[in-house]
Amino acid sequence: MEALFINLAEAFTGWMIRLGLNPAWAESILLLVKWIIVITIITVNIIILIWLERKISAFFQERLGPNRLGPFGIFQTVADAIKLLTKEDIVPSAADKLIFKTAPMFFIVVAVMLYTVIPMGKDMEVINLNIGLLFFISVGSLSTIALLMAGWGSNNKWSLMGAVRSVAQMVSYEIPLAFSLLGVVMITGSLNLQDIVAAQDKWWFIVLQPIAFITYFIAATAELNRGPFDMPEAEQELTGGAYTEYTGMRWALFFLAEYTNLVAVSALMATVFLGGWQGPWLPSWLWIIIKTYAVILVFFWVKWTFPRIRMDHLMSFSWKVLVPVSLGNILLTGAGIYFCRWMGWC
Amino acid sequence: MLADYPALGIFFLLTIAFPVAAMALAWLFRPKPKAVPEDEKFLTYECGVDTRGKTWIRFKVNYFLYALVFLAFDVEVLFLYPWAVKFQVLGAFAFIEMIIFITILLIGLWYAWKEGALEWY
Repeated sequence: MEALFINLAEAFTGWMIRLGLNPAWAESILLLVKWIIVITIITVNIIILIWLERKISAFFQERLGPNRLGPFGIFQTVADAIKLLTKEDIVPSAADKLIFKTAPMFFIVVAVMLYTVIPMGKDMEVINLNIGLLFFISVGSLSTIALLMAGWGSNNKWSLMGAVRSVAQMVSYEIPLAFSLLGVVMITGSLNLQDIVAAQDKWWFIVLQPIAFITYFIAATAELNRGPFDMPEAEQELTGGAYTEYTGMRWALFFLAEYTNLVAVSALMATVFLGGWQGPWLPSWLWIIIKTYAVILVFFWVKWTFPRIRMDHLMSFSWKVLVPVSLGNILLTGAGIYFCRWMGWC
Repeated sequence: MLADYPALGIFFLLTIAFPVAAMALAWLFRPKPKAVPEDEKFLTYECGVDTRGKTWIRFKVNYFLYALVFLAFDVEVLFLYPWAVKFQVLGAFAFIEMIIFITILLIGLWYAWKEGALEWY
């Protein structure tokens, strides 16, 4: 079971080469197959996750949640998807048409690109990039631009407020986000995510880098615009922030991209801090799914437990608490490595 | 390793097809009424009231101050990543150098804090 997918991929390429294709073309077709798999993973996960979040939030608030369509309301998301498909596409006449239309597409493309570097099992990833972690951080931060495009292009006051808020927030929390991963890079000495997973065979990095884990978790919650950091789309005051003017499929693409980002960031957290695909008994690709879902459930838990944080508190928390703490963590990690060498433990 | 980046490019081009396909699918199913630009439906949404004044106006200066501080720190992050990768190889000198570098930036953060760039008015 362990090498199931790797063997399948090898058999597939071998079969194509025996058919007379040259290896470069075979690799390209394999990449296409991988792309289809990634898209399928994303779509299936999101259908499950939206249902799961509604159900879990319902249990938190002692409601029933969706319960009409299918057992436990499991077909609710499918019905929602069909509804969104059949909605009229409205572009406000005041909007900047080109920016308004490209923003959701940009957002989803950026979110899907994150999946190229995540190790989905032992030797399983779309592209084994040697700067995987840096790629993830840099591409992940591009979603800021998509939100700004949506808010600015809508030419709507709510949208612009939401967009500007989200840009300020995401830009502020990007610094502790990048800083907190530095400690892990210092210990591993590599930006390749497979190497980072391999370095955790003895100790998970959540044990060696607890401060980094906490700062990364908080910063990632803010980066995803999830509660309690969901000021940018505060429904009660901004009617949905940057998404106010969007309808139908365009709105659905935004929603899709948000959940895609959530899964990607959770998978990265599982990879960097929770030992990635390593684990006993079960095959590696099952472990990463279990760990990713555990992180996602914590995200849900946090979102439905804490009240929304005020804007000024939000900004000052990043700059006055998280940035100094994550910088201190870098120094602490450096000192720790030298101490460890001096004691002869490593 | 260089062969990874063309693969990344191909993956990117394929990914662009995903939202385009989604929009095309929606186009097949959605109702397409005759659009009249003056139609009330296409007005900017503002809770039912007609929108007044321009949206694209000059914005609060606080955002700009945060952006400036962000820029300084983001460049620092870029400096720190290569250093962190080679940290175990470079020896104690590089560590001390980086402590000095981080201290200078902390002084910068303290200055921005003192001048009130991190306050939200």
